[in-house]
Amino acid sequence: MKKSFATAAILATLATTALAEVPQAVKARQGQFNLMALNLGILGGMAKGQVDYTAEAAQAAADNLVAVSMIHQPALWPEGTDTMSIDGTRAQPNLWENIDDVMAKWGAFGEAAKAMQAAAGQGKDQIGPNMGALGASCKGCHDTYRAPK
Amino acid sequence: MRRVLKLLVAAAVLGVAIGLWLTAPDRVAPDRFANLTGDVGQGEHVFTASGCASCHHVPKAEDKLILAGGMAFPSDFGTFYAPNISPDPEQGIGNWELVDLANAVTRGVSPAGQHYYPAFPYNAYNKMADQDIADLFAYLQTLPADATPSKPHDVGFPFNIRRSLGGWKLLFFNDDYVMDVPADLERGRYLAEAQAHCAECHTPRNVLGGLDTSRWMAGAPNPSGKGTIPALTPDKLTWSAEDVAYYLESGFTPDYDSVGGHMAEVVDNFAALSAEDRNAVAAYVKALPAPGTAPKSDY
Repeated sequence: MKKSFATAAILATLATTALAEVPQAVKARQGQFNLMALNLGILGGMAKGQVDYTAEAAQAAADNLVAVSMIHQPALWPEGTDTMSIDGTRAQPNLWENIDDVMAKWGAFGEAAKAMQAAAGQGKDQIGPNMGALGASCKGCHDTYRAPK
Repeated sequence: MRRVLKLLVAAAVLGVAIGLWLTAPDRVAPDRFANLTGDVGQGEHVFTASGCASCHHVPKAEDKLILAGGMAFPSDFGTFYAPNISPDPEQGIGNWELVDLANAVTRGVSPAGQHYYPAFPYNAYNKMADQDIADLFAYLQTLPADATPSKPHDVGFPFNIRRSLGGWKLLFFNDDYVMDVPADLERGRYLAEAQAHCAECHTPRNVLGGLDTSRWMAGAPNPSGKGTIPALTPDKLTWSAEDVAYYLESGFTPDYDSVGGHMAEVVDNFAALSAEDRNAVAAYVKALPAPGTAPKSDY
């Protein structure tokens, strides 16, 4: 009994250490992408007819996307947090070599989010085309700067 | 002794002759395409569905219709570079005839009679309809010419001997479809197997670089680096047909993660096709068998 408690304690310590190895900046940037995915999911579900459309919910989701797009990015992308340096990220080293391009593409996401913000409350049919533009802005970075799983 | 030697020499000569005959480039009949007239509008559809620009555009270029090539494709056999297929008469395919394109796309043979490396997916395109080739030819001629020379492939011995590709073709070249499907899935099969050449990345390869059709679309190591190309087979893929179609349209997974890597270029192509075509491919994907239970193992 004592022994199993000790083992559990050691395992818990190890697990905490492993988690601590992912820098906070990496967790923070992954968190912002999860926020994006959650809100895109609400809008996409409405566009596909899987979720009932209400102007309020669509507007709130679009507003959240704009809010994420306004987060100042440099603090989330410190040097040494690429796939070659640490585990737990898919951000490739070439992202830091092309940081101006990456930030321009982040700006393009912001533009697409604003277009969605202007359209989302106007009706279900307005969502689909703006989802396409948002998806294109995601692809803009993920085709080059994100490693496959 | 001399007689044995003579026999051996004769056998060797015969062996080489048979080898040369077997590995000789096989071209289409010259008059097969003579009476076909291409349609530019239809050709654009063939071009998009077949993903030509996704590999032949200049790396990082904004204009993906300048097909000057240069994209690198690392593999176990060396690094291949997509050639210039713009209509430039010197560096591109500007002086090609329709039959030259047909030989390239459906037989993997250059106008000069050399085998192309199968990094060029002619083993998929060989299932394309003749009229589609004619339409594609008409469309390619409307694109901007670019005089950038093609970059030579970086391939070591023995794979740098083009004739050896005749042997590869003997083993793996096949213009039959892999999947047997009912009539309502034929459109999806045509798009997936003949044009979009999904299997080139999604199906694992054997040591000689041939596709392992018993594990058709069962996922494979990323040919160009780290990671894996996901399986599309029902043992792994949990998405509905609607999810697949929406992914091909928007680039969003059911969890609203986004498409990445070379697949981002593929989604660009599918987004430009019709909803019917995306649904057809999704239906084909959902009809794939689990690996090891493929309908044709004698491929």
